[in-house]
Amino acid sequence: MRRISILILVVVVNLPIIGHGKLSDSHEDMALIKGGKYKPLYGANNNSDEVSVSPFYIDRFPVTNKLFLQFVKENPNWRRSNVKKLFADENYLKNWKSDLELGQNVLPDAPVTNVSWFVAKAYCEYYGKRLPTVAEWELVAQASAKQADGSKDPNYIRQILEWYSKPTQKIIPAVGQNEKNIWGVYDMHGLVWEWTSDFFSAMVTGESRGDSGLERNLFCGSGSVGASDFKNYPAFMRFAFRSSLKANYTTNNLGFRCAKDFYQRSNEK
Amino acid sequence: MKTIAVQLNRTNCSSIKNFGGLLGIKSLGILFLLAFIVVGCGEQYSDEVIGEEHAQLTDAPYVPPPITRKHATKVIVDLEVRELVKKLSDDVEYVFWTFGGSVPGKFIRVREGDLVEFHLHNNPLSKLPHNIDLHAVTGPGGGATSSFTAPGHTSVFSFTVKNPGLYVYHCATAPVGMHIANGMYGLILVEPKEGLPPVDREYYLMQSEFYTEGNYGAAGLQPFSMEKAIAEKPDYVVFNGSVGSMVGDKALIANVGERVRFFVGNGGPNLVSSFHVIGEILDVVHREGSFSSVEKDVQTTLIPAGGSSIVEFTVDVPGNYIMVDHSIFRAFNKGALGMLSVSGPDNKTIYSGKQADEIYTASSSGTEEVNSFTGELNRNNGNEQYSSKYSNGDPAIDGNLIKTAAQTGAKNSSPGNIFGLGQSVYSTSCFACHQADGNGIPNVFPPLLNSDWLKKNSKEDAIRNVVHGKTGEISVNSKKYNGIMPSQNLDDVHAAAVLTYVYKKFIGKDVNISPEEVKKIRAQKK
Repeated sequence: MRRISILILVVVVNLPIIGHGKLSDSHEDMALIKGGKYKPLYGANNNSDEVSVSPFYIDRFPVTNKLFLQFVKENPNWRRSNVKKLFADENYLKNWKSDLELGQNVLPDAPVTNVSWFVAKAYCEYYGKRLPTVAEWELVAQASAKQADGSKDPNYIRQILEWYSKPTQKIIPAVGQNEKNIWGVYDMHGLVWEWTSDFFSAMVTGESRGDSGLERNLFCGSGSVGASDFKNYPAFMRFAFRSSLKANYTTNNLGFRCAKDFYQRSNEK
Repeated sequence: MKTIAVQLNRTNCSSIKNFGGLLGIKSLGILFLLAFIVVGCGEQYSDEVIGEEHAQLTDAPYVPPPITRKHATKVIVDLEVRELVKKLSDDVEYVFWTFGGSVPGKFIRVREGDLVEFHLHNNPLSKLPHNIDLHAVTGPGGGATSSFTAPGHTSVFSFTVKNPGLYVYHCATAPVGMHIANGMYGLILVEPKEGLPPVDREYYLMQSEFYTEGNYGAAGLQPFSMEKAIAEKPDYVVFNGSVGSMVGDKALIANVGERVRFFVGNGGPNLVSSFHVIGEILDVVHREGSFSSVEKDVQTTLIPAGGSSIVEFTVDVPGNYIMVDHSIFRAFNKGALGMLSVSGPDNKTIYSGKQADEIYTASSSGTEEVNSFTGELNRNNGNEQYSSKYSNGDPAIDGNLIKTAAQTGAKNSSPGNIFGLGQSVYSTSCFACHQADGNGIPNVFPPLLNSDWLKKNSKEDAIRNVVHGKTGEISVNSKKYNGIMPSQNLDDVHAAAVLTYVYKKFIGKDVNISPEEVKKIRAQKK
C-alpha cells in the first residue's frame, strides 16, 4: 500500500510546478532529504515530542545576492526604496549600494543578508518553493559530512560552536566554500543564520515555573529546564537567535534558503 | 526589613560628613557615632524623580564619580554589546562578548530611587542576540525578559532602583553559561540616598574565569571549551578580563595615607572568590555588596559567583600590595592577581622592613625534633634536616648523598646528585612563581626558560638574586618586569644546587656553581 502511494506521489513531483517565477522541474540546486525524526531542544519532555519530518527538498546553498537581485528586479515591490516598513525594517538590504546595485564589499555569490522573514517567504513562493520549517532546517543541520546525525559528535559540535563564537565578518564570503554535509547541502553552519517558516514558535515551554505557556525571552527560566540535550549549545544558540527575531527584522548575518515538499499536494496551484 | 545598622547609616547626612571631613575624620565608625548623637540632623533626601541625565560609564579599573544629587532622577544608560577579539594573556587571544567593548562591562553608578531608562544596543556585527539581567532590578529576569535584542537592534526598558548596594549584571541569553563565560558581566552600584563616605580613590575589580580549548598559556586564538566550563575547570582565573590587567605599569596606584575603596565583583561563571589583598587588612567590608553589612578588620572576604563586595582600607606603608583570589593556585598559576602600588614615605613603626639577616644554626633540640620524624638522630648539622624533607626513596636525592654534597662541596659530588637536589629545591622554592616549566607568569614573573637575562649576566649576578633577592625593573626576553623577588631562605649547598639545576634545565648550560661561590656572594652586601 505504502509503496504504491509513494510511486504515485513521485510521478506528481515530476510534473512541472506552476509558480509565479521561473519554472523549474529539476531539483539540481536542491538536495533531497529523506526525512526522519527530529527532537526539538525545548519543550521536549519525552520521546512523544519528537517531530516526524516528511521527505523534502532543500536548496543546496543559501540564496545569494546575485539571485536576490534578480528577484527584486522582477518584483519592484521588494526593492529597498519601495518596501513597506511593516514587512522589513529600515536596515533592509542596507549593505547594498542601491535598489539594484550590490556595491563594494557585497559579493554576488555571498548569501543575501539584511532580509526580513516576509521577503524571504515571498522570494521562495515566487519560485514555487517555501521556507523550511525549524524541524526541517534542524534535521538538515544536524548532519555532518559523514553522519546524518552529528549532534552527538563532540567534534562536530565544537566546530559549529567556534563559528557561533566569532563576530560576523565585515565581508561575508561566497557560498559553497565549507564542506558539504552528508546530504550534499552546504553552509548550514559557518556562514550566516537562516530564516525558517515557523521561527517564532520555537520556544514553547514544556514545563513552566511561571504561569505563562510561552517564556520566549526567559531562557534561564523554564526554557532550559525542559531542554532535551543540555550539551547541544549550538542548538541553544540557534533557538535563542530565532526567538530574538520579529518577522520584519533584518540583520547583517541573517539570510535564508528555500525548501520544497517532496510530496506535492494535489491542490497546489 | 531594615536593620538598625541600616537606619543608622541612613541617618548619616552630609552636614555630619562635612563636620567629620573638617575634623579630618574619615572613619565610618566615628561617622556612625556622630549620626547617633545628632539625632534627626540635616537635610531631607528626596525620592521624587527630578530631571534626567545620561549615565557616565567607565571601564575597569575606573569608577564614575560619586553622586552628589540629593534627589532621584531619570538616568539614561546606553550600553552596547560587542563581540570582539582581545588579549586574554600574552600571545593568547579570545573572542570576548562584552557589555561596552571590554571585560568586565562598563561600571554603572546610580542612586537609590533613580528611575533608570536602559538602552541595550546589540552591535550589527554581533553574531548573537543578547540581553541583560541586572541584579539591581526588581522584576522578572532582572530585565532579561525586556531586553532580549537581536544583532543590529536596540531594546529599551526602565526600572526603579529600590535597594542600595553593589550589584552584578550579566547576559542571560541561552546558553546562559556560555554568554557569561565569554565575558558578559559587569557591576552597577546603587548608592544609598545619603551617598557614600568620601575616600581618596575608588577602583573597579571583577574576577572571572575563562575556559579555553588550549591549556593555560597556549598561544593563539583560543576557542571556548564547553567541556571545561561544564566540568568547572578553568585554565584562566583573572581580574578585569585578562592576565596581568593590573600589574606592572597597569598597577593601580595610591599614596601613603590615602583611603582606598574597591568595588569588587565576581562574574563567575562558576567559581567563588576568596578575595584578599596581600599586606593589607580590609578596614571595612560591605559583604556581598550590601551597605547594611559593615564588617571590620577582615583578612579575606568571600565573593559568590554573581555577587560582589565593597572593601575599604587606608594604605599606611609604601610598596606593592597584591590582590589575589586566596584559593591561591588561581593567583599564581591561573592569573588571578593584581597589584596596588603605593608610594610615599616609609613608616618604620607600622612596618620595619627587614631588620636583621643572620646566620641561624638550629638548636640541637630543634634538629632532634625534625629528625625524630624519620627515626634518625642528627645533631649539629643544620643541612641534614633536609634529608627528611627531600628523601623520597630516590637515590639521587637520598639524604646520605646530600650529606656528601654538603660535606665535600659540589665539585666532588656527581652532577646528577646536584641536579636532583636542585630539582627538589626548585619544586619547593621557585616553581610557584617561575612555574614548573620555567615559563614564569606573563607580565608578573619573568621566565627562566631560555632567559636572555641569565645568558647575558654572570653567574655571580644569578647567585646574588637568589641569596639577596631582586627588586626593580628588569628586561627578560624583551619584556619588562617590575616586581620583587625576595631573598630565598636557602643555605649555600641548596642555593648552589638549584642554580646549577636552573642553568642546566632552562638554559641548557653546564654552569657549575659551588657552595663556596654562594657563600662568597652571600658575604657581600647587596
